[in-house]
Amino acid sequence: MTEFLRMGGDAAYVWSAYGITLGVMVWNVWWARRRHSKALEKARVFATADRAPKQPTVRQL
Amino acid sequence: MPLPRWFHLLGSPPFVYGFAGKLTPWLGAASFLLLAIGGYWGLVVAPTERVQGEVYRILYIHPQTAYVGMMAYVVMAVAGGIGYIWRIKLAHAVAVTAAPIGASFAACALATGAIWGRPTWGTFWQWSDPRIMSETLLLFLFLGYLALRAAFEDREKADRVSAILAVVGVVNIPVIHYSVVWWNTLHQGPSIMKVGSPSIAPEMLVPFLIMVAGFTLLFYWLLLNGLRGEIVERERDARWIRQLVEARG
Repeated sequence: MTEFLRMGGDAAYVWSAYGITLGVMVWNVWWARRRHSKALEKARVFATADRAPKQPTVRQL
Repeated sequence: MPLPRWFHLLGSPPFVYGFAGKLTPWLGAASFLLLAIGGYWGLVVAPTERVQGEVYRILYIHPQTAYVGMMAYVVMAVAGGIGYIWRIKLAHAVAVTAAPIGASFAACALATGAIWGRPTWGTFWQWSDPRIMSETLLLFLFLGYLALRAAFEDREKADRVSAILAVVGVVNIPVIHYSVVWWNTLHQGPSIMKVGSPSIAPEMLVPFLIMVAGFTLLFYWLLLNGLRGEIVERERDARWIRQLVEARG
């Protein structure tokens, strides 16, 4: 096991390269999920929001 | 000749949203399985390389990440072009989704390449190297695409202008691929995608190709996942989104 982790003395190169790649994969999954849930949340707020006209009316002024 | 029904369905946001939702779990599972098998095979089972020693094992991730970056660019350019010509909103949504995925994988290819270059070429980076420079240009094309989009408040305008940039930049893709053939470079020439048989031992070729398949499925999984979010973002006013969020509670 230790022999495997040492990678013949190239551990720093091999594991940092694999670590960065794994990090990029995880970031992509996280990003897609977050974007989806944020968009759904925004759509929910939009759907439940009062659809009254946003312009101020004369009375409000 | 009338177009088949499924072709029209591909332009329908609710259909694509639902279809992508059904497809993603399978894509994700298949990709995870292939990456796990290929990763184990490449790191543990595959023999040590005679000249480079163990560091060659970066071979099982570095070309794959570079290839995902290039594939993402082609998808972005083709989708952008389709959206521009036929004014299909969904095609623009695909292009936008592919950009951050491609940017992250292009950056990853540069990083893993630099790490691999240090022990094998004696340097992390070489400004005059055509392969490194064309790959760096790919990263900047992605970042430029995203920055250009961010400059527009009107999404439709952003879609159209950024699509032009994406299509023009596609000339860089064959330049990346052939840079190692056309010019003198530190980077090795192609050993898989070339005329004749691949110049790599089968014990190494099999896990290499499993990783290529795993990364390909990973890309489409990420693309479809991101596309679903992008569709919700763009179709906020549509009745089906309203029904969707109301059904979710």
